[in-house]
Amino acid sequence: MAHATGIKYLKEKSLPLMWCPGCGNGIVLGALVRAFEELGLKKHETVVVTGIGCWGKADDYLLTNALHTTHGRALAFATGIKAYQPGLNVVVLMGDGDGVTIGGNHFLHAARRNIDLTAVVVNNYNYGMTGGQVSGTTPAEHYTTTTVYGNPERELDPCAVAAAAGANYVARGTAYHGWELKEMIKEAITKKGFSLVEVASPCPTHYGRYNEMKTALAMLRWLKEKAVPLKTYEQLEEPEKEGCFPVGRLVSRDAPDFNARY
Amino acid sequence: MPRILAIVGTDAAAEAMRQIDPEVVAVYPITPQTAVVEKFAEYVADGVVNTEMINVESEHSAMSACIGAAAAGGRVMTATSSQGLALMWEELYVAAGLRLPIVMTNVNRSLSAPINIHCDHSDSMGARDSGWIQLYSENAQELYDNLLQAVRIAEHPEVRLPVMVCVDGFIISHAIDRVEVLDDDRARAFLGDYVSLPGYSLLDAAQPVSIGMFDGLYGYYYEAKRAQEEAMARALTVIKEIGEEYRQVSGRGYGFWEEYGLEGAETCVVALNSACGTIRSRLKEWRARGAKIGLLKLRVFRPWPGEELARRLAEFKTVAVFDRAVTLAGGKGGPLCGEIAATLYGQAHRPRLVNYVYGLGGRDLTQALVDQALEELAAMPAVPEPMLPVRYLGLHA
Repeated sequence: MAHATGIKYLKEKSLPLMWCPGCGNGIVLGALVRAFEELGLKKHETVVVTGIGCWGKADDYLLTNALHTTHGRALAFATGIKAYQPGLNVVVLMGDGDGVTIGGNHFLHAARRNIDLTAVVVNNYNYGMTGGQVSGTTPAEHYTTTTVYGNPERELDPCAVAAAAGANYVARGTAYHGWELKEMIKEAITKKGFSLVEVASPCPTHYGRYNEMKTALAMLRWLKEKAVPLKTYEQLEEPEKEGCFPVGRLVSRDAPDFNARY
Repeated sequence: MPRILAIVGTDAAAEAMRQIDPEVVAVYPITPQTAVVEKFAEYVADGVVNTEMINVESEHSAMSACIGAAAAGGRVMTATSSQGLALMWEELYVAAGLRLPIVMTNVNRSLSAPINIHCDHSDSMGARDSGWIQLYSENAQELYDNLLQAVRIAEHPEVRLPVMVCVDGFIISHAIDRVEVLDDDRARAFLGDYVSLPGYSLLDAAQPVSIGMFDGLYGYYYEAKRAQEEAMARALTVIKEIGEEYRQVSGRGYGFWEEYGLEGAETCVVALNSACGTIRSRLKEWRARGAKIGLLKLRVFRPWPGEELARRLAEFKTVAVFDRAVTLAGGKGGPLCGEIAATLYGQAHRPRLVNYVYGLGGRDLTQALVDQALEELAAMPAVPEPMLPVRYLGLHA
């Protein structure tokens, strides 16, 4: 059987992608459109909502409906779409700056409301588009253009926040694990209620360059080593958990979603 | 000895911030302002300033943190652009209403939608009634000079208002310019120490105060707003005084506006920011050919220097206003022209007023487009007519 390519969802004329060499966004976009194809999503029944940032430019390549919004507010716009047109598949593409830093409050409340949206948050640990500044997910003590002697603040864990706030589905993948990522996005879209797929992704141009991982290979290796399957992670002693994160399906539950409760 | 640097506009802002050495800077990155905070972050990391820099999670938080720090008695600065300024909206009014002397660089950029990262003045023009003083800068030199003066204007006991210093995104912010900076001792002597007025600091343990409280239905809100207006009016005098004092220190004086070729002119072009460079370069040629036309580059938009401006503009037969923003009121033109029209209303002689909208979303104002406007102005009949409809320079069909 031929594998899904997702090509029918892409504006081929917009290729090649504008993202930097070594960026993970192309892999995530590939996983997204393959997931669309395997689920048989119809373009006219699917809306992609984006905010501002490198990953927010993914809608430049998509033939689905798309609403390009403002920085941090994509989930609020998407909430409006889903409330009025609950039949649509609404997929919200945000980066870590967009999704959980400037847009943190919307993220919290979309999960609490458990509205049937799928958020794909590409976490590259910095503000890539504006040139590599510190974001809410930049690990403590890591370097960015605005934390040149190391980040004095702690990082946010988007999955933990979504889980605590009431999301029905929470998963974490990486750009290194493209196949698994596609499967997670499929589960997330299929699941009723708020779904989050956080994708740990390389940014060799900015984040990597400032943190001794200036090649795409170095960043992918870093992601591969950090990513530990949930079951293995749970068996680790606390000190061993330092410096790695669990990947896979972290939360899956069936609390009634916003449209069902309304 | 002043130093002469070849630096981009954003570095000129960061250099001014280094010399000002504010106690707190709360910022959030946004194109094209970001390079200001990046450069300043280096100064913080290198320990050349004593600033506490907070990388907050949004511009709304940036302005909120600035308000908190300023209310606590600190000298406070930030920088933003476009959507960032828009996100600060609510807090802009609070900063002005609480009379906090915050100084901010606004690197002018258009507002969404559709998204566009390039220059126009929609952002700061939208904030024109927020109670902030607005100074406009043609180039990196003026940006630097305006920022130093802004601190003095904002903190002046007769004023106590926040100041926004505007400069064109990319055209100036990302282009290398010749900038003459004061040596640090001279700059710091000009700036002086920030003295928090009694009653204005939350951190006055001997005399605690509450600020911004609900005034009740029959309270002092109305009076507070009127007081803000009066402070704005007093700022006109202060801006002039400080512009003159800056001339003594730097050799570069500043008033409400700068004139080029207006002696004996019949037509006056009014514009803000970097467009003035392009317009001036064309006027040089036109005037050499004998055209009676000059330029008034407005620096101070808030407070509005209406009385003086009206007197000056009434001396011309035609006033052509270049606007890098539109009011979206159905073809009424730009905000600068609207202000000038209102200002001229009370004059016995009202010049013919022509409004050129240009450069929205970074559309280039080329020399050819300036010529197009100048040719049209030159061909207008001598007999004044009512205000002409708005022209859109460089708009594609």
